[in-house]
Amino acid sequence: MSGHLGARLAQVIPTLLLVSVLVFGLQQLMPGDPALVLAGDSADAQTVAQIRNELWLDRSLPAQYAHWLGNVLHGNLGYSWRNREEVTTLIAQKLPVTMQLGVMAFTLAVVIGVPAGVIAAVKRNTIWDTLANAIGLAGLSTPTFWLGIMMILLISVDLGWLPPSGYVPLTEDWVRSLATTIMPAIVLGSGIAAVLMRHTRSAMLGALGQDFVRTARAKGLRERVVVVRHALRNALIPVVTLGALELGTLLSGAVLTEQVFSIPGFGKMIVDAVFNRDYPVVQGVVLVTATLFVLLNLLADILYVYINPRLRAA
Amino acid sequence: MSATLALPAAREVQSPGRLALRRFLGRKLAVFGLAVIVFVVLVAAAAPLVAPYDPIATSWTAIRKAPSWAHWMGTDQNGRDVLSRVIFGARSSLLAGVVSVLIAGGIGVPAGLLAGFAGGFVDAILSRIVDAMLAVPFLILAIALAAFLGPSLRNAMIAIGVSYFPQFMRVARAATLDAMSNDYVEAARALGNPGWRVALRHIAPNILPPVLVQGTLASAVAILAEAALSFLGQGQQPPAPSWGSMLNEAQQFLTQAPWLAIFPGIAIFLCVLSFNLMGDGLRDALDPRGR
Repeated sequence: MSGHLGARLAQVIPTLLLVSVLVFGLQQLMPGDPALVLAGDSADAQTVAQIRNELWLDRSLPAQYAHWLGNVLHGNLGYSWRNREEVTTLIAQKLPVTMQLGVMAFTLAVVIGVPAGVIAAVKRNTIWDTLANAIGLAGLSTPTFWLGIMMILLISVDLGWLPPSGYVPLTEDWVRSLATTIMPAIVLGSGIAAVLMRHTRSAMLGALGQDFVRTARAKGLRERVVVVRHALRNALIPVVTLGALELGTLLSGAVLTEQVFSIPGFGKMIVDAVFNRDYPVVQGVVLVTATLFVLLNLLADILYVYINPRLRAA
Repeated sequence: MSATLALPAAREVQSPGRLALRRFLGRKLAVFGLAVIVFVVLVAAAAPLVAPYDPIATSWTAIRKAPSWAHWMGTDQNGRDVLSRVIFGARSSLLAGVVSVLIAGGIGVPAGLLAGFAGGFVDAILSRIVDAMLAVPFLILAIALAAFLGPSLRNAMIAIGVSYFPQFMRVARAATLDAMSNDYVEAARALGNPGWRVALRHIAPNILPPVLVQGTLASAVAILAEAALSFLGQGQQPPAPSWGSMLNEAQQFLTQAPWLAIFPGIAIFLCVLSFNLMGDGLRDALDPRGR
């Protein structure tokens, strides 16, 4: 078990290093000279040269990368071109908002997707299976932002049940916080619920055909016990890994969901940074997102080893 | 007296392609998906003929009119006909679907073939690069690339294509490794064929089925991504219509003109659903083991 985890940890470091090269490389795609953009149209040559020197733009690319990586490793992701605030500070302010939304969305996705997948598999080729598959496929094909707009139209505009936008922190007023985030969480979680449903159905169909399920039935166990204790427990093992991959969907979806519901989180920050051509913020968000995604996948791998008795014993 | 011996009728031998086609046609939902895609392609191609109005012509006397016989899907904040814009918007969505997938496949398939065939150091390097790219969630990478390249439909397609190529590489690499274990590859090598010929003439044609399935499913992803980028102002630029940018504009008029948000969304949903249905059908038809 420790060998497996050690190997996974050893894979994470080169991956993150390559991610840093990728994120640094993004800057090279930028049209024009960043120093000129920062200095403005009316700046003289001396000011531009000074900015170039400050940003290390007058050095070679490897030197620029080494300098940038050194700063990143010291927790310095640069400064926002728009308001001169530290990118790290901006991210630290926005990340808890997205994390709250993400946790709520993922919980909803698991609560809806896994039981729906189990029901679809147990009642295979019945109306329930067809219905779950149809809803799953619809969930995969519906644009998150459109679903958000439609929910605002129905629930906020027509019924007036929930506020259409805005955000109240959990620490300020938890009831209002839930009221402002429940709709975005449903929108964000719907696509993931669809994927989880498909994975669970497929894994359950595999597990239900196994010998140990037949043995459990032969012992005279109740069907519910056979399904939940024997089949589901085994089916969930691959679902954990596949579910972890959906964390990327969650982070991508947060960009659009936060934009639709005007939630001042991580996703909205990247959109605002893109609109304002605030490239250090875009780079910072991409780097932090990738690091988070890699670490969450590592966590899922650890969990996978923990819940899989065969790997645990090894 | 002569005895006649009745021979059993010879079974018709079918090519794998024909068998796959028969399996595909047997799946009603997949055929429905294909029919919708063909319909959307035809409508997009004939847009100037079928659209009732000019999609960018404004009319100050028809601002935010609800759906009616004159304007089946209503009009927008500039008095433009929504139906005509949805019809012309199909062009940018389909273009993005096709071009992005061609870019992703154009990079990913040769890279996957090379990684799988060469193995060793080449495989390790290419696989690590792909791992790093997959570490950045697809849409966030596409948004970042589009932001650095500048907002336009062309750049959005490049951003989507580049962000999605790792998926193609993985599929092509796995299919190459699978194909390489076959006897015909061994035979081709034994006959003295050079490596490049074995890869291009013997392996490449055999990795096409999974690549084709991936391409169809990727079209759905690309259409969604283009809509998302246009929704965020990074794709098709106004006044040219695109389903995503129409939804972006519609957000400001949700209470006064909800139809502005309803119809482009339905168009995206139907198009993406159809590609997903067709992709699922193709997967089942080309690889019945995966069912």
